Amino acid sequence: MYIDTTLLSRAQFGFTIGFHILFPTLNIGLAIFLSCMEALWLKTKNPVYLTICKFWTKIFALTFGMGVVSGIVMSYELGTNFGPFILAVGSVLGSLFAYEVLSAFFLEAGFLGVMLFGWNKVGKKLHFCATLFVTIGTIISAFWIMSANSWMQTPAGYHIEAGRYVVDNWWAVIFNPAFVPRFLHMLMASMVTCCFVVAGVSAWYLLENRGLAIAKKCFSLVMGAALILTFAQVLLGDRVGLEVQQYQPLKTAAMEGLWHTTKGAPLVLFGIPDSKTETNRYALAIPKGASFINTHHWNGELIGLTSVPADQRPLVSNVFFSFRVMVGIGFLMLAMAVYALWLRWHKQLFTKSWFLHLCVWTTPLGFISTIAGWLTAEYGRQPWIVYGLMRTAQGASQVPMNQVLTSLILFIIVYGIVFSFYLVYLFKVIRKGPDDLAISADMSVDAQPPFTYMRAETK
Amino acid sequence: MILILAWAGIISFAVIMYVLLDGFDLGIGILFPWIKEQQSRDIMMSTVAPVWDGNETWLVLGTASLYASFPLAYSTLLPALYMPLMVMLAALIFRGVAFEFRFKSTPKSQFIWDWSFAAGSTIAAFGQGLVLGTFVKGYGSVLPTNISALQWLSPFSVMTGIAVVVGYALLGATWLIMRTVNDLQQKMFKAAKILLTGVVFFLLAVSVWSPLLSPHIFARWFTLPDFYYLAILPSLTGVVILYNFYFLRKQHEIWPFILSVSIFILAYIGFCISSWPYVIPHAVTLWDAASPPSSLKFTLIGFCILLPVLLAYTVYSYRVFAGKVTSGEGHY
Repeated sequence: MYIDTTLLSRAQFGFTIGFHILFPTLNIGLAIFLSCMEALWLKTKNPVYLTICKFWTKIFALTFGMGVVSGIVMSYELGTNFGPFILAVGSVLGSLFAYEVLSAFFLEAGFLGVMLFGWNKVGKKLHFCATLFVTIGTIISAFWIMSANSWMQTPAGYHIEAGRYVVDNWWAVIFNPAFVPRFLHMLMASMVTCCFVVAGVSAWYLLENRGLAIAKKCFSLVMGAALILTFAQVLLGDRVGLEVQQYQPLKTAAMEGLWHTTKGAPLVLFGIPDSKTETNRYALAIPKGASFINTHHWNGELIGLTSVPADQRPLVSNVFFSFRVMVGIGFLMLAMAVYALWLRWHKQLFTKSWFLHLCVWTTPLGFISTIAGWLTAEYGRQPWIVYGLMRTAQGASQVPMNQVLTSLILFIIVYGIVFSFYLVYLFKVIRKGPDDLAISADMSVDAQPPFTYMRAETK
Repeated sequence: MILILAWAGIISFAVIMYVLLDGFDLGIGILFPWIKEQQSRDIMMSTVAPVWDGNETWLVLGTASLYASFPLAYSTLLPALYMPLMVMLAALIFRGVAFEFRFKSTPKSQFIWDWSFAAGSTIAAFGQGLVLGTFVKGYGSVLPTNISALQWLSPFSVMTGIAVVVGYALLGATWLIMRTVNDLQQKMFKAAKILLTGVVFFLLAVSVWSPLLSPHIFARWFTLPDFYYLAILPSLTGVVILYNFYFLRKQHEIWPFILSVSIFILAYIGFCISSWPYVIPHAVTLWDAASPPSSLKFTLIGFCILLPVLLAYTVYSYRVFAGKVTSGEGHY
């Protein structure tokens, strides 16, 4: 592999979208969490829920800003770096993006202002509606973007005229074969990630012995939710696996490190795929495992990588390892959620110190797992930009290489700076913690003096 | 045919909405260096904090619509405008995060985000001006290619870059006149007069320079009898500018903003007349770049249903935060 404009464009797109995805991943889950908390507050009038809302809204706002600015980049990069791809598929994917903007982005942006700044400008119920609309907006946004990405994996509903894709059936385009399981898989990933972030932060408060009422409520809620969500995620992951095996068998082969077409293929727990010798080194395998997982039959046939020429295979080691990272973290999370249930049974959920420490350290695992999942999906799609139809190299713009290199470096620096400050302010918000319950109880919505947020915080 | 026209209309609408809405909030950033008091800066930012990301969404709508309905233009123009767009995006990042970061920082480090907001806004506006200038100048009658990757840098596009910065600052100043009181408002009255003078200068410069630069634009405006009809536009602009000066002098609070917006709309109509019917100037027309009807129809349906709804709640959100802002606003 040598460095050319295509590779740089891919690196830039991968970097910027990998950066971008961190924020929606947290915020889709967080928006759902906030909607639930605000609903509980309206129902029970318990000030704990209001304090939880106000505290996590701060983190939501911080994250949302990052998501917006890094998202705008994406809408341009497709054109600047992948012009020929857009020329071919613009009439398909462009419409999905237009729908995303119209139905999701405006909804989020329109009500975000009310959600953040409107506590004492609109009524309680109206405020709840605003939160709910923002939440719906984030979910609709995921709907369209997952549909567009899935179409690149399993294109459907089109015919090709003079090199350009013309849509015959929009239903088939939007609900392409890969879409529904992948959309749900992503939503679930977002919720699980959010659970472990809320759990990690709450566990830290528990260890620090502060804001206990709030931390306990949050920790107990999200650990309960995590049990259901991680288990559901394993089942959904299985659905996605079946779908991938059916429509992108080579991706499955790369995920499983399977070089030769085999009936009853073994599940490689660990190994190092070597594309020169077309074998796995140091492999540790469970017989027939891969066939069972991917086809639900012990003797199901899996297509091997060698069934196509080398230039039509994905980069095996990348797919292979990212897949293992994703699945490994997924099962660790499931195990933690199950253990939390056991602790709850024995009334030790808030006191088991090592488990609380573990929760603090596993806070970012959801993000890593999500990114690893994305790498599996996208590396597994290579060398195609539209699976089986258009190669990535054909889709890249012929921009002078030095310009792409410049912009790539620019983005690395800019994102590096912005992300560092994001973390600084995130930790600052977390250290400061939720407002004291006693104060927040009598300052509930109406009594709080207006305009306090906008001033710089003084120590 | 009618579908393509409808889409040209929609994209034009999205672009002008973006220019007007993000124009005033970028303008506030451009004015930042001239206002030193932290209290005033808090107020300035507070007037747009609840709405800025909605404003920027129009930019994404413009690009997504172009992408969906004229993929040829999207896939040709964006690589040709690579560097100015990338710089604009980076600038928009710095100003966007400033809204959150500035109010979470300590007083000592706040200057970082003041700078990031001011420089980000100014550079983003300038980048948009470069793109505008390049578009007006056009690529002759050939498709822009690899070689034309530096065409965005020319004396004309630099001039339009500065023009957009000044124009946005005018929108920002008149917006602040509407939303603030006392000292800050007085400063904005003063600034608006200077900026309006600047806008007049740049409007004249573009009107003289662009026909000289492009035979297509010359032919469009100076052919009889079209000339007589088209002359209405500059005349109307002149009247609006005079009224704007008058109301600024009278210290009217609302009219300067409305009239400044009108100047932008009139100038934008002029731009559309100059560019018609090209989507890549002056090589590819709207008809040649359009998506197949199945895509145009499908997206148009969504647009017709969702646009009224989103306009309604955007107006609602503006109304929730309407009125004078007298101190750094908002909290959560």
